[in-house]
Amino acid sequence: MRWWWIPLGLFALFVGLAGYQLSQPKDEFVHSAMIGKPLPSFALEPAFEGLPGASDADFRDGKPRLLNVWASWCLPCIAEAPHLEALRDQGVEIIGIAIRDRPEDVAGFLARHGNPYVRIGADDLSEVMLGIGSQGVPETFVIDGEGRITYQHMGDIRASDVPVLLEKLREAGA
Amino acid sequence: MTAELGLAALWLAAALAALQLIAGFLSVRNPTGELAMLVRPAAIVQGGLCAFAFVVLLYLFAVTDLSVKLVASNSHSMKPMIFKLAGAWGNHEGSMLLWITVMAMAGGLIALVERRLPEKTMMATLGAQAFVGLGFYAFLLLSSNPFERLPQPAPEGMGLNPLLQDIGLAFHPPTLYFGYVGLSVAFSFAVGALLTRQVTPDFARAMRPWVLGAWVFLTIGITAGSYWAYYELGWGGWWFWDPVENASLMPWLAATALLHSASVLAARDALRAWTIMLGVIAFSMSMVGTFLVRSGILTSVHAFAVDPERGSFILILLTLYIGGALALFAVRAGSVAEGERFSLTSREGALVFNNVMLCAILGVVLMGTLYPLLTEAFDVRVSVGPPYFNPVGAIFTFPMLAVMAVGPLLRWRRDTMARVRTPLIAVAAVIVVVLVLVLVLGGAGILPLLGLAFAAGLAIASFLPLRGRNLRRVPLAVWGMVIAHFGVAVALYGMASETAFTKERLAAVEVGGSTEVGPWTVKLAGVEPVAGPNWTAIEGHLQASYDGGKPIELGPQARTFWAPIQETTESVLATRWNGQLYAVIGNQAEDGRWQLRLWWKPWVTLIWYGGMLVALGGALALVGRVREDLKRRHVRARIAERRREAKA
Repeated sequence: MRWWWIPLGLFALFVGLAGYQLSQPKDEFVHSAMIGKPLPSFALEPAFEGLPGASDADFRDGKPRLLNVWASWCLPCIAEAPHLEALRDQGVEIIGIAIRDRPEDVAGFLARHGNPYVRIGADDLSEVMLGIGSQGVPETFVIDGEGRITYQHMGDIRASDVPVLLEKLREAGA
Repeated sequence: MTAELGLAALWLAAALAALQLIAGFLSVRNPTGELAMLVRPAAIVQGGLCAFAFVVLLYLFAVTDLSVKLVASNSHSMKPMIFKLAGAWGNHEGSMLLWITVMAMAGGLIALVERRLPEKTMMATLGAQAFVGLGFYAFLLLSSNPFERLPQPAPEGMGLNPLLQDIGLAFHPPTLYFGYVGLSVAFSFAVGALLTRQVTPDFARAMRPWVLGAWVFLTIGITAGSYWAYYELGWGGWWFWDPVENASLMPWLAATALLHSASVLAARDALRAWTIMLGVIAFSMSMVGTFLVRSGILTSVHAFAVDPERGSFILILLTLYIGGALALFAVRAGSVAEGERFSLTSREGALVFNNVMLCAILGVVLMGTLYPLLTEAFDVRVSVGPPYFNPVGAIFTFPMLAVMAVGPLLRWRRDTMARVRTPLIAVAAVIVVVLVLVLVLGGAGILPLLGLAFAAGLAIASFLPLRGRNLRRVPLAVWGMVIAHFGVAVALYGMASETAFTKERLAAVEVGGSTEVGPWTVKLAGVEPVAGPNWTAIEGHLQASYDGGKPIELGPQARTFWAPIQETTESVLATRWNGQLYAVIGNQAEDGRWQLRLWWKPWVTLIWYGGMLVALGGALALVGRVREDLKRRHVRARIAERRREAKA
């Protein structure tokens, strides 16, 4: 074996590695470490007069639900509002957590863009938001019947995300 | 209609490339046959067709033809004309078209002028060139058609990335492309010579201008890219070991090695196999770099249109060309005789040593760039940065610099160190004096310290080859070498000085307040909103005075572009003969103070002046070599004429 085979060998290694990496699906997302963990315990006051507040106990009755982190001051939340309603129309129960919001603004938002929620808790200091590993608004979590986080959706829900969330809810036991 | 003409020209060019490939390789055994008559004209016409296609694309961008998808997604009717034109190559499809245009024109030029190689090697070379070209035509026409129409013309273009709306950057990618393409020509020569086993000094001379030209363009491209990153990104650094930077550095390192080994082959008929291998490697590095950056396989600050499908396409081309060439090399290298012998202490010896060092540095950079790819296969994400590249690269760089100082003083074939003892002692003394001076006057990290000392030593040593010569008779190529080596010393001094002596200050300053960095006092006189053609900005009015001198007005901006919306910082620089003040304005804090980020960077400009000197040296050598070649051709023609006369 002479030295002039070395470049070819090294190149073959490179092609193998690059080809392998190219064939792998590129995963750009950092997955939450909270997946599979139970919700932290919390009890939030109602965000406005119309609906009750929210606590972790609301998620432990055996029925999977969506937990939607949102705010009336958040523009993408307006964009996702119709899709939340679509989810509600499919029989999904959605509990909202309003981040750093005012009761009158919450009421105004729901009057303008529709109300898909059964409960909305007021998270005035973003404590629950941080506790469940949410980094911004809006975000949506799938919680199974025992109060465990099984899926996290970052950003606004688009039409194409609705079937995904329904599937995730089914996986969680709905 | 215009776009379709461009596309038709491209298809015709591709067909001619196919003809050139088949006729070229079939004519290797019969280089005077009828088929061989087709090869050169095919290459020349192909160059013309590609040039036409590229001009068509420029025209479409100039008139902002929004029915063409590429124009609609990369241009905007409101953009200044120069950036409309630059938009033609500021995207994946257009840049591939530029690449292939330059490549086809280079092929045409070789076909037109290159006459000194045996005709069968020429046939093999042009065949190889067409082979490489065909892959790129396929890539362009099948997966990245720049002339694709939209079903409905767009109402308005989608703009060009505002970060790229910069005159320096408009010309940065083409410069690198000229470099890459030059290396592709060297590659074709290497493959041609391997196929016919004609690795001769004439082959090295034919290849050398292309390598030199490529090397000059790569040097300019890297230098300009580094300066662009320095002032445009607003991070104050000039080299980040980002994959895309490495992608341009690796071909440069290989080309530098190739340049020197080709010189040995041309002058002494030694290093045959090694030169061929470098010819293959240099172009491989440009393709590997392109692949790494375009496939999105590595994460980089440069957001190219990343597309795994395109990545697979480039990988297939890469495997075909590089794998094929390296396999051919492995099979044939044994039968390419090793060439003339030389002793270790000789010009060739020094050049070989530095060739090995350059290859080692290339290996270090390649390893560092690919390492994240390797660990990702095991699900570990790492990023490799300066803590690896700087020290590990330095292990090979400093010995190389030392030999670089000595090598040009040695004679070809055999020499003794005793003969060059006096100049060597002088250079060593300069290095020691600078070492001691820096240590006494404040000290620096070990690498910058060595950098300053070696830069001083090399600066002196680079002029020593002129010692005792009549300066008017020194060939241009030697001047080129002297200036390029001096440029390396100058750039090295800038790098070391910037690393060792930079002062940084991050301060929150109220309007009317001031802060200090190094010898500078900087006063924030006011903050005003300003507007440009497609952006608005907050501009700080700074009055900077050096060492209590007359204040200079500076206006760093935080810009917001609105087509599309994007925020950038426009840093400002106050350049003095001994360094630069670098200022960036940031956000306003809640208490009304403004964030100012200031750097004083002594001698930093030498980095880019050095780079330009290196390029200038290369350009001088190129002119010198081409003139020599023309003279040689003339002499050969005269000799042939006399022979004919003698016979008659």
